[in-house]
Amino acid sequence: MADNLEPTPQPADAIGAAVAPPRRSEWRRFARVFFGRKLYLIGFIIVVIIILTAIFAPLIAPYDPLVTDLYATKQGPSSEHWLGTDQIGRDVLSRIIYGTQISLIIGFSAVFASAIVGMLLGLVAAHFGGWVFAVIMRIMDALMALPGIILVLLIAGLAGGGIGVVIFALGFGAIPGQCRMMCGLALSVKQNDYVLAGRAMGMSNWRIMLTQIFPNAFPPLMVGITMGIGGVVLGEAGLSFLGIGVMPPTPSWGGMVNDGQRYLLQNPLLSIAPGIAIMLLVFGFNMVGDGIRDAVDPKLRGVL
Amino acid sequence: MTAYIIRRVIIGIIVLLLVTMLVFLLVRLLPGDPLMVYMGQFSVGGSGTTRITPEEYQFLYHQYGLDRSLPVQYIDWLGKIFHGDLGKSVTVGQDIGELIAERMPRTAYIGLITFVIGAVGGTFVGIICALRRGSWMDNTLTTLANIGMTIPVFWLGILLMYLLSYKLGWLPTHGWTHPLDNFGKHISQIIMPVLAMAVGSIAGLARLVRSCMLEVMRADYVRTAWAKGLQERVIVVRHQIKNAMIPVVTALGGAIGMILGGSVFIETVFGIPGMGRLMTTAIFDYDYQIVQAGVLLFGAIIIFSNLIVDIAWGWLDPRIRLA
Repeated sequence: MADNLEPTPQPADAIGAAVAPPRRSEWRRFARVFFGRKLYLIGFIIVVIIILTAIFAPLIAPYDPLVTDLYATKQGPSSEHWLGTDQIGRDVLSRIIYGTQISLIIGFSAVFASAIVGMLLGLVAAHFGGWVFAVIMRIMDALMALPGIILVLLIAGLAGGGIGVVIFALGFGAIPGQCRMMCGLALSVKQNDYVLAGRAMGMSNWRIMLTQIFPNAFPPLMVGITMGIGGVVLGEAGLSFLGIGVMPPTPSWGGMVNDGQRYLLQNPLLSIAPGIAIMLLVFGFNMVGDGIRDAVDPKLRGVL
Repeated sequence: MTAYIIRRVIIGIIVLLLVTMLVFLLVRLLPGDPLMVYMGQFSVGGSGTTRITPEEYQFLYHQYGLDRSLPVQYIDWLGKIFHGDLGKSVTVGQDIGELIAERMPRTAYIGLITFVIGAVGGTFVGIICALRRGSWMDNTLTTLANIGMTIPVFWLGILLMYLLSYKLGWLPTHGWTHPLDNFGKHISQIIMPVLAMAVGSIAGLARLVRSCMLEVMRADYVRTAWAKGLQERVIVVRHQIKNAMIPVVTALGGAIGMILGGSVFIETVFGIPGMGRLMTTAIFDYDYQIVQAGVLLFGAIIIFSNLIVDIAWGWLDPRIRLA
């Protein structure tokens, strides 16, 4: 990705460094890299549109997503129902619009919950090292050994679906990724002189972790969080597709793909349209994550 | 190298034990009575597949040893697993070990084909993109890979089914035939599942291979190789690809997890009686012994493949086995 972002060739006199080039503000540099590439810009626009759609769903949606109309079932696209209607006559477009809310709520809550727990564990592991590090990392290895969806399936299956359970299950499944990332970042930040200086000044372990290590590892963590949202939304869609995620009649994209599967011949859009919504959301967040990464630290490419 | 392998094996065993502990605790601590879970229903006289009275409940509670402490129960459970006793399915009434022996080969078979296609395809696309970087082909393929990573596997399966089965009528919509029974039918039935799962692997790997190759191209030893006047082919094959493959080997381990996870969806969409299908139906039948066994099996497979990856790493990069 984004390899045209390498530093532009320096003018010859810069090598002598007699005249230091004027430092642009960090934000302007960030914006230049982030918005300088079409894919990142597209991703950003998609994310903004999706967030606005979720907030203003009641204003945008042409119909109530739960109201059924048994006289208009499994219809194809028309001027009244742009994406047609489902097996009990609900407007597909309205359900997709309201589904944005569900996906984003679950995506943000699960990622933030896992980030808080995972980062705390990662910080502790990196800072104390020794057996604390070994124990935390082996537990994370064990969690990692189960394919994300399988672990989530086990939890959601046992606890029995619903938005809360889905957030818990997906958040739980995302902990090891966040923990490992935080741990790796903290270990590298720890090498810096200012951490040593803090220690020399007699700062407590927790103070060093929270005031020095964490803020300095923050930008790459933002990338992890942004990328995590896409993964969690895919996971939610998967669970709802299998019927152990968000429970009907609440509109969930994964559930809609599943419902539509039986009526592919009558109206394929029932399945296809919500799938495209999932892809747009995941694509948007992935690209924003890629963009932030390249803007903060291109060296992380391939690591995150 | 031997010491390194032994150390990795020991860590693998520890992680495997942790996985069994995790699965045991999850089944026990999440809402839901473990006895009910084992008996296949949610509450006494409830709506599950079997019904029991409160007296029977008390008897079974003792019978299953649920009145003992958790660590004792765990050790007991673990002991049974090591003796190959995975329990009996409450819904199918069949020994779970036998069920797995019947179902797993199908999942493994489809998974292996997907893995080979994904690994070869992903590496190939990634290398092409890196070598022709910035060209229209690179841009197209990279964009496609970015999109490919976002496609939900079950949705792609349904889309393929709609196009290739319903619209064009080229392939059967679902089902499974043993390759020795009817090879032609067998092939026509596995094309869509394999294709649907391979797209994600190819896309993910292609992205990784490409960025690893680009990283390596900037390395000092590659510049030296050019300066020495080596042929481009030699530089690409011997210096770049070989070194770029090191992180890719790790990703291959991850791809196995992704394929096993994907099998749950793809077997549901295409009605393939494999491990993934077994687990999803078991969840709906509250047959948690099967779910538990399946999760453990998948965990063990992934730990084993990670072990292979670690050993391969040590072999590819001597610095690692000394660390």
